Amino acid sequence: MTFRSLLRSPYTGFIFFAVLLLLIPLAVTNEYYLNVLIIIGINSIIVMGLDLLMGYTGQISLGHAAFYGIGAYISGVLSAKWGVPPLMGLLLALVGVSIIAFTVGNPTLRLHGHYLAMATLGFGIIVFIFFQELDFLTGGPSGLVGIEAMTLFGITFDSDRSYYYLVSIVMLIILLLSINLVNSRVGRALRAIHGSEIAANVLGVKISRYKNGIFVISALYAAVAGWLYAHYITFISPSSFGFMFSIKLVTMVVIGSLGSLWGAIFGAALLTSLPEFLTVVEDYETVAFGIILMSVMIFMPRGLLRGIEDLVIKIFARISDRSEVQEKINE
Amino acid sequence: MTKSRLFRLAGIILPMALVIVLAAAPAYAHEEYKIGAIFASTGPASMLGLPEKNTVMMLEEALNAAGGIGGKKVEIIFYNTEADPTKTVTAVKKLIKKDKVEIIIGPTTSGTTLAIIDIIEKEKVPLISAAASVRIIKPVKPYVFKTPQTDVMAVEKIYERLQKNGIKRVAIITVANGFGDSGRNQLKILASKYGLTVVADERFGKKDTDMTVQLTKIKGTNAQAIISWDTNPGPAVIAKNRKALGIKIPLYNSHGVASKKFIELSGGAAEGTYLPAGKLLVVDQLTKNDPQRKVLTDYKNSYESKFGGSANTFGGHAYDAFQIAVKAIQNLVDKKIHVNRDSIRDELENITGFVGTGGIFNFSAKDHNGLTKEGFVLVEIENGDWKLAE
Repeated sequence: MTFRSLLRSPYTGFIFFAVLLLLIPLAVTNEYYLNVLIIIGINSIIVMGLDLLMGYTGQISLGHAAFYGIGAYISGVLSAKWGVPPLMGLLLALVGVSIIAFTVGNPTLRLHGHYLAMATLGFGIIVFIFFQELDFLTGGPSGLVGIEAMTLFGITFDSDRSYYYLVSIVMLIILLLSINLVNSRVGRALRAIHGSEIAANVLGVKISRYKNGIFVISALYAAVAGWLYAHYITFISPSSFGFMFSIKLVTMVVIGSLGSLWGAIFGAALLTSLPEFLTVVEDYETVAFGIILMSVMIFMPRGLLRGIEDLVIKIFARISDRSEVQEKINE
Repeated sequence: MTKSRLFRLAGIILPMALVIVLAAAPAYAHEEYKIGAIFASTGPASMLGLPEKNTVMMLEEALNAAGGIGGKKVEIIFYNTEADPTKTVTAVKKLIKKDKVEIIIGPTTSGTTLAIIDIIEKEKVPLISAAASVRIIKPVKPYVFKTPQTDVMAVEKIYERLQKNGIKRVAIITVANGFGDSGRNQLKILASKYGLTVVADERFGKKDTDMTVQLTKIKGTNAQAIISWDTNPGPAVIAKNRKALGIKIPLYNSHGVASKKFIELSGGAAEGTYLPAGKLLVVDQLTKNDPQRKVLTDYKNSYESKFGGSANTFGGHAYDAFQIAVKAIQNLVDKKIHVNRDSIRDELENITGFVGTGGIFNFSAKDHNGLTKEGFVLVEIENGDWKLAE
């Protein structure tokens, strides 16, 4: 394998990233930073799923916070009310979410554009109301207390450090699955659907099957994230899974760069950590946040990751141009 | 292609490296008493959180100008929670691990307080919450205290009055969030104790702008009084709808509306309605020998001269939390006991007879709120102002 083909392989970046991720706790010991990184990890799992749906397949969902919430609530309620172990909770959450996502996805994904956005938004709001009103199960609007800390195979993940490793490993597995998915026949089919549904159909891509499938997969990602969240905070309340969070997830995908898994992770990392850095400007936090998002969208409409890439290429091109001119002058 | 792949890698690795560098910034040793403050100064609960933040900042300035505690200054480290549980958890971890505070005051809402109780107990840092729900201190958790009167006391104050007026049947209309939920539970639990029956139990969403449907239902029952349970602006809408529907039975609001905003928003419809409130609202009407009169007048005057507007009870909760924290540290300094998280916690349980804005606090190992329903007075709205109804 030559250096060139090594660089071209999608797994090189993954390995770099994995090593980096697992080395971080050696440098970062403060639990506050680990906490921020854990939340970034959890968010990036959902955002990767949403990116598969939005960036690769071109379908919008404004209801992904609902799947995140359902994952969190199924495992959380089972744990808090009946002491069901988290692993069992995860399995039931995944089963529950896939059934719901399949049932919801089937009719809604026939819609396009604004109509699809409206339908998924409606779904998100309905689920939010369920979280609030089923108070004998969910603890209602004031939240569900008493969720047990994560225990898997006899190991209790009760420190930020151990939880960081857990979230990182889950995230890396999901990233690897996603990389494989987008580089496979299925991934190409999804991109074909994004390009033109009619063309894809003519070429023999079963559109509704693929759309439904990717919708269920991205809902499952969100459910896994919800499960990680519930057993990390050990408290959940509906306000974490509302409409605003769905919007935030979409923003993460778009800011990061649509149709790029790295962009999704980058977007999640940026939007989650930015408010932490912005505490310096205290009262103007929200304003600064808004300005940053706006300028990114104005100056880098392809998203941050691609935007930075374009910028670097442009600068390098200019430098090499200049040196060529210089060489000519020297001659 | 190769080049762009390289750039892409650089684009991923550089931001990560930046995060690590920032994380490695050293934490410096502290010469002040560090108090963490977490309030929702923006977002849905900002009407409560902003005065809380203002109050604490004002008190910090005043205390340090007067020389601090035993010659050592007090430093407030403030983070905005936006009333979001995840943000609150992060803020608390930051206060405990990075800023290494001795004690934390806040957060503003019940939901965010419940979200951090596990961490507080695990890290053993004393917390004085400014949120209402009784679930925060019942059952008692060693490190968790709170200053606002509980909803139990507010409900009892209203029910006491209803009982006195010979009312038997009430209709309740509550908001579907943590505040409304907790109020709804207490309203239902305590009704029988005061010989009352709840004949209608209606709910509405925090963002609803019209409650005509719920009130029409209530109108159709034989209720003798309506009790609404929400923070602004919901109750103002209820007051307006009630007037429009021509409902004659009296309306009681929760303590959650206790700010001038309520009267403004209701545009006159709140006239003649009641609410239980801290004494701050009617400080001028208190008797001369009321023990809280001086504290309340001082707080009201200093807040209003600094920030304008009018001081409200929510800021008062933060005032109490801050002063109690300071009092505990002061006591430890006086007794020459080393000030740390555990000694502050122990000292908090010893604080009795402390006169605050919310009432007279008597903490103990069994009571981490320290107030009785006497912290509340029943207030009527008359001519666009508060009037003591007792």
